[in-house]
Amino acid sequence: MREFRDDELVDFAVVGTGAGGAPLIARLAESGFSVVGLDAGPYYRPLEDFASDEREQSKLYWLDERIVEGANPIVMGGKNSGKAVGGSTVHFAMVSLRFRPEWFRSRSLLGYGADWPVDWREMWHYYGIAEQALRIAGPVHYPWGPWRPRYPYRAHELNGAAELLARGAEALGMRWTPTPLATVSAPRAHDHGRSPPCVYRGFCRFGCSTNAKQSQLVTFIPRALAAGAEIRDLAMVGRIEVGADGRVSGVHYHREGRWHFQRARHVVVAGYAIETPRLLLASATDRYPNGLANSSGLVGRYLMTQSNQAVFGTMAQEVRWYKGPPSLAVTEHWNYDDHKDFFGGYCWMAQGPLPVEWATIQTSARGLWGQALRDAMEKYNYQVGLKMVGEMLPDERNRVTLAEEKDQYGLRVARIHYSWGANDKALIQHALDQMQMSLEAVGARDLFRQEDDTNHLAGTARMGTDPASSVVNPDGRSWDIPNLWVCDGSVFPTTGGVNPSLTITSLALRMADRIRALAARSEL
Amino acid sequence: MAERYPGYDVLAKRNTPSWNAKTREVIDARLAVSREPRFFSPGEWRTLWALCDRIVPQPRDRAPVPLPAYVDEKLYTGQLDGYRYAQLPVQGEAWRRGLAALEAEAQSACGAPFTQLDPAQQDALLGRMQRGELTNPAWQGMPCQLFFEHRVLPDITHAYYAHPTAWNEIGFGGPASPRGYARMGLDRRDPWEAPRALPTTHGTASAQGHRSDG
Repeated sequence: MREFRDDELVDFAVVGTGAGGAPLIARLAESGFSVVGLDAGPYYRPLEDFASDEREQSKLYWLDERIVEGANPIVMGGKNSGKAVGGSTVHFAMVSLRFRPEWFRSRSLLGYGADWPVDWREMWHYYGIAEQALRIAGPVHYPWGPWRPRYPYRAHELNGAAELLARGAEALGMRWTPTPLATVSAPRAHDHGRSPPCVYRGFCRFGCSTNAKQSQLVTFIPRALAAGAEIRDLAMVGRIEVGADGRVSGVHYHREGRWHFQRARHVVVAGYAIETPRLLLASATDRYPNGLANSSGLVGRYLMTQSNQAVFGTMAQEVRWYKGPPSLAVTEHWNYDDHKDFFGGYCWMAQGPLPVEWATIQTSARGLWGQALRDAMEKYNYQVGLKMVGEMLPDERNRVTLAEEKDQYGLRVARIHYSWGANDKALIQHALDQMQMSLEAVGARDLFRQEDDTNHLAGTARMGTDPASSVVNPDGRSWDIPNLWVCDGSVFPTTGGVNPSLTITSLALRMADRIRALAARSEL
Repeated sequence: MAERYPGYDVLAKRNTPSWNAKTREVIDARLAVSREPRFFSPGEWRTLWALCDRIVPQPRDRAPVPLPAYVDEKLYTGQLDGYRYAQLPVQGEAWRRGLAALEAEAQSACGAPFTQLDPAQQDALLGRMQRGELTNPAWQGMPCQLFFEHRVLPDITHAYYAHPTAWNEIGFGGPASPRGYARMGLDRRDPWEAPRALPTTHGTASAQGHRSDG
């Protein structure tokens, strides 16, 4: 790996190496820029470092303190944060779906949220590139939305939990499909390594120990290194420095027990919807007293999560949902197709919680403990479940601020405020009713609902076409400081009703092309 | 205690292709957890044992999974969860205050330490904690139901269901790298998975409860 000295002026310092940072680092390096990617987490070698164990593998999560509040506080940790090179893609469920075209203009076409400043056809182009780069395994024909090419790798076989989703959907007259997943269904020879086909060990959300998963750690990160970028792990960026000219000049980062300063011509923040606003706010100066890129006052605002409610039941047959990727089948639902009385869309997927997560569902959704908990847990191999990923609407009151409390680096921790709106609740109830009907249709008994769960994040540095109502422009460039950029889910104006990672990666690929085009015109 | 999966032992797979070296190292360390408290005081330790016995009651015909040891280890080594409700203090402080409050509540409700109440009295007190009905000044403003839901339940039950003994009880396949699984469909099973459960598994929860306690 090429290494840069702190006092070397690199073209780009990218803070964060996940679904947004990693592809940007790779593509910028491949375009000839000098790039350092900094990540607060370690650079893991999955074959040596990853156990098949829920508790051990929580080392992949961002477990530093964050304070949550509001009417519906967001549970942070495993499902929405990663602290490793590759970010949360190291432990994500690999679900790789495209946003529906209408979602990019939800305000104009559907009457809610905000329009994206990027056209869906352009996104469609980059989705295709991302799906090839990640060798997504999926169906030949995807049943919803405009035509798309077949997925690069064949779909994975269904496990028992996915079979039951399919059976339930067909009983209700709904379409379903094997989920497009970022784990290979046949061997892949990389330029810089190999991925064997998925062995269906089922610990996907705790890190893939065989490298079948096409996380950023095994895809764009090796590409970035091969192209001459440096990945600096265990480097927690605490502040972005602003020079006398009002432009950013580099980043202060904590590594090996002390603070360093990396000089850079451009700084890209790619820390996701909590760490990105936290860093921008923490970098306030006399010139920018409310934080960087924050003349609109919107840094940290319009935080969005996605609803992640579920219905579970018990089958007479053994399901053993611990085998295989947890979400092998999916059904998507669009409110403007079938006249629902709320905004937004959702999908639901088959589930496969491992024992600790399953116990968490029993204690939190049902309040079980004692012998009742033990009895419920002993039905583990007969459980089936459907879990939604639902769109929540942007609300500027849902936000990230800085608490007074400090973390191990001496940095103020994030305070996360979240409350669901009436539309969010209506969408959730609709989805719960639908999922329950689907489980009833396959003969599941003893149904119960998990009503309080959320997962992915977005917002807090939204992009737009007006500096008064957005933080960055359509290229991810901050309106206030021209050499400060954001490249992650923070820029989403709306969050859509499917998992966001493929959209984050596609946006990053687009952003890299935009930066190259701007550089060619000397507009960088 | 009637076992659901008699003869099934996840640890028997330790030296098979289902366990990689890192997994063996991690599970070995888990089974060798320090049995002496490093965070809790002797008094807190006794209360915690009594509490764990009610949150996850364990059969008497085997050595108990030392749940308090895992809670102590989490607090001693500072393993955080990634979030904290604004109304709760940091986890160590929450535990100290919560255990002291539990003892204070036991004294005021029954005139005896929590550790000396009978299980029904202990469960009644814990039920009131879960419902947010405990108001002794010893809570010092910490909402008892948040402590119960976000400290007591996860810290204790996560420790239990991360233990091979619990995996055997529920028929979980356990560690599975690099071998994974070949038979994924409904009612299909690889030879290295737990055999099909005894038919009694499908009794109702209450029926199971009576039998399991025997």
